[in-house]
Amino acid sequence: MAFLVSLAVVLLAVSTSVLLLLSHQGWLPPAVSLLAKAVDRQFDVTFVISGVLFASAQLLLATFIWKYRSTRRNARVMPMRGHGILQGIWTAAMAVLFVWLAVTGFVPWATARATERIPGVLVVEAWGEQFEWHFRYPGPDGKFGPVHPDLMNDGAGNYLGLAPWRDPASRDDIVTANLAVPVNQPVRLILRSKDVIHSFFVRELRIKQDAIPGEEIPVHFTAAKTGTYEIVCTELCGMGHYEMHAKLFVMTESRFEKWLRKMAAQQ
Amino acid sequence: MNPERPSGSSGVSQPRPSGLFAFVRKYVFSTDHRVIGVQYFLLGFVAALIAVVLSLVMRVHLAWPAVRLPLIDRLSPLGAPGGLLTPEYYLSLLTLHGTLMVFFVLTTVPQSAFGNYFLPLQLGASEMPYPRLNMLSLWLTLASLVVLLSTLFIANGPPISGWTAYAPLSAAGAIAGPGEGMGQTLWTFSIAGLCCASMMTAVNFIFVTLRGRAQGMTWMRMPLTAWAWFVGAAMILLSFPALVVDCVLLLLDHLAGASFFLPAGLVMSGQVLGLHGGSPLLWQHLFWFFGHPEVYITILPAMGLTSHLVSIFSRKPVYGYRAIVYSTVAIGVLGFLVWGHHMFMTGMNPFAAFSFAALTMAISVPSAAEVFSWLGTLYGGSIRFATPMLFTIGFVSVFVTGGLTGIFLAQPSVDMYLHGTYFVVAHLHLVMGVAVGFGIFAATYFWFPKVTGRMMSERLGQAHFWLTFVGAYLTFMPMHFLGLKGNPRRYSSLSAVPFVASLRPVHIFITIAALATAAGQLLFVVNLVWSLLSGARAPDNPWKATSLEWILPSPAPFQAFATDRPVVQTDPYELGVGGNPEVYVTQGSAPPATG
Ligand code: HEM
Ligand SMILES: [Cu+2]
Ligand SMILES: [Cu+2]
Repeated sequence: MAFLVSLAVVLLAVSTSVLLLLSHQGWLPPAVSLLAKAVDRQFDVTFVISGVLFASAQLLLATFIWKYRSTRRNARVMPMRGHGILQGIWTAAMAVLFVWLAVTGFVPWATARATERIPGVLVVEAWGEQFEWHFRYPGPDGKFGPVHPDLMNDGAGNYLGLAPWRDPASRDDIVTANLAVPVNQPVRLILRSKDVIHSFFVRELRIKQDAIPGEEIPVHFTAAKTGTYEIVCTELCGMGHYEMHAKLFVMTESRFEKWLRKMAAQQ
Repeated sequence: MNPERPSGSSGVSQPRPSGLFAFVRKYVFSTDHRVIGVQYFLLGFVAALIAVVLSLVMRVHLAWPAVRLPLIDRLSPLGAPGGLLTPEYYLSLLTLHGTLMVFFVLTTVPQSAFGNYFLPLQLGASEMPYPRLNMLSLWLTLASLVVLLSTLFIANGPPISGWTAYAPLSAAGAIAGPGEGMGQTLWTFSIAGLCCASMMTAVNFIFVTLRGRAQGMTWMRMPLTAWAWFVGAAMILLSFPALVVDCVLLLLDHLAGASFFLPAGLVMSGQVLGLHGGSPLLWQHLFWFFGHPEVYITILPAMGLTSHLVSIFSRKPVYGYRAIVYSTVAIGVLGFLVWGHHMFMTGMNPFAAFSFAALTMAISVPSAAEVFSWLGTLYGGSIRFATPMLFTIGFVSVFVTGGLTGIFLAQPSVDMYLHGTYFVVAHLHLVMGVAVGFGIFAATYFWFPKVTGRMMSERLGQAHFWLTFVGAYLTFMPMHFLGLKGNPRRYSSLSAVPFVASLRPVHIFITIAALATAAGQLLFVVNLVWSLLSGARAPDNPWKATSLEWILPSPAPFQAFATDRPVVQTDPYELGVGGNPEVYVTQGSAPPATG
């Protein structure tokens, strides 16, 4: 039995570590922003540290089970009740290591949430509703018009309850079903919701932010690679949660301008 | 040795008329902590059975959405027409599964079932200080369970908001989705009831520890199981009120037209709700102020039991007894300061996020200290591999694995990617599901002789361990991979999003592993029933253990310590005395003359 148990634990430790290491390159989808790369670095550091801790704890467990199994030959035990200094060193080492991870693991998250104005930033709103995303560009005036809940009418295409006939700022607002941004352009995305909590997630950007009704929550990103990426919802929002998704198009500057003009024409 | 004491010799009267009435009084409406403990176990057992079946239904639906499931369309023709789950019914079952497991299994069994039975015995107390309160707690728990399950039989079924019931989805009523009307209201009553019941149990645990200890049972002579139950009870008493308040406010939103959790200007199904500004985040703060302590409430008894069993089955004292006591208390305190790590994506102020991240890392430190102590206890021991020890070793292995994934989640930047994905599902099932489950299994195999007077089958027990250990890892390890691929949790179907659909093979693998693991649990059920009927007669102390319950005959008699109260003269883990694995001193028996 001792043999089986310790073998199982060794197998677990070794196979898990090998599997993880082998497939490591392909785990996370490609990172397409500086921020995403910073998140990945933090992930890698955590992976190495926890991998070492995982393997050594499991292997020690297996070794002790095997070595100190009850047999006739080792019929003595070492009845020690602890080593204050050794335990102290271990505890202190873990404290330093973990808190250091907390400090470094905080920075990229905070960068995405920095509040200072970034020059030339593109501001876009992302709205969640059961069960779709809507995006709003402020148009040439750079201002979002006010939203009126009583005017929200999906059937009539007035998803956000805009009243361009009386709010001048709304006249040039562009509401779209997908999000497009120019490549290498800093974007400030403002998360809002009409009904329940949703969460905006783009894997390749490593960005996630809840959309909470009654609040406007900004998050920043700069996509560094053109392409089409999936936007999904990662907060349970009701029965259609699983199908609440949209596309993120990262385009060249000129194609983006064209796209935006096309969208403006469709309003 | 200790014949049943005649009635009337104790504070609680146990009338003994014959026949049905006597049976009911003794085994149904009992105030005896042992009977209540067993009743809690049975209640948790039924809840676990239902919750496991629900999870298998969900897993099969995810992996093979076209498979028509038997029977379920009878239960809910609307939710599963022709045996195919609708998205909303999937979420209803998801909510029930999580709620049953967290509240009625993982909170109830380690704490209320085993704690009720063995905390008084390990301390040398004759009874719980408030036996009627204890009985009330049990029946309130049962009523809460019945209310929760009744949602299966109402028109729109159970709520779809998950065990965390985030507002406004949970607060806006039927307009937010199926099950969000009556279903959510009943859920809220059920949870409030369960919280109140758990608080009553906690009062008993705290007072029996403060006032009921036998002579000589000083704080530092308490078994580590007793420490864990005590700290767990204190955490319940301080954290569950937050959820009760949350539930009361939610009920007011549902039934009294209040809007504590509903901001102004909500529009659902094209309708303006016409509310005045409440806060959806208030729900989350109160919920996680309860919720984080709660996850440690579920695991503390299992950690205490692990310390206990590692020592007994290695035949040597616990390595670092005091370190474990201090770690347990530290977890109890720090557990109240980290709830924000569930809310990093809610638009949290960076200063708050930083504090929560650092404090979350701080709470891993006492956990790491305990792992060190467990390894230190194994080191140089003479390890015996009875089934309780196998599950204890399994616990250590799984706790390390699941704890380390917490280190990823505690960092806001890494959590930004992993939050809301299957990575969190893997983390919570390894630490809370599997590890606490292993604790429950270890406890059952270990204490079954004391409760029933019979041993459980070792052969079945070992087979059960292997199927569970291997099966649990095969089921939950691949979920990390899904999380790393960004697969969101709580999706009722993989079909809508292309990158999720491409992960289907992994989901199929997980479903097969889950089915096999669940089938392996039949061995446990068979073992329970078979051993109860015809297991070998148990000696008083089959494991050569050292805490007070083992000086009693098996099964433990009624109010065993009422008149001849034991006197404790030794530490709780006097094993391997003089380096000899066979020499040990059970608390309450005379210490060895030499030594
Ligand atoms: C050892 C150190 C641990 C750390 C650092 C840690 C950290 C975390 C963090 C940061 C989250 C939030 C993840 C997210 O939603 O994005 C989380 C979730 C969770 N943790 Fe842990 N955890 C640890 C141990 C435990 C233990 C021992 C348990 C249970 C016994 C546990 C149970 C849970 C549960 C149930 C959730 C998910 C709740 C939900 O969203 O449904 N954790 N953990
Ligand atoms: Cu959603
Ligand atoms: Cu937590």
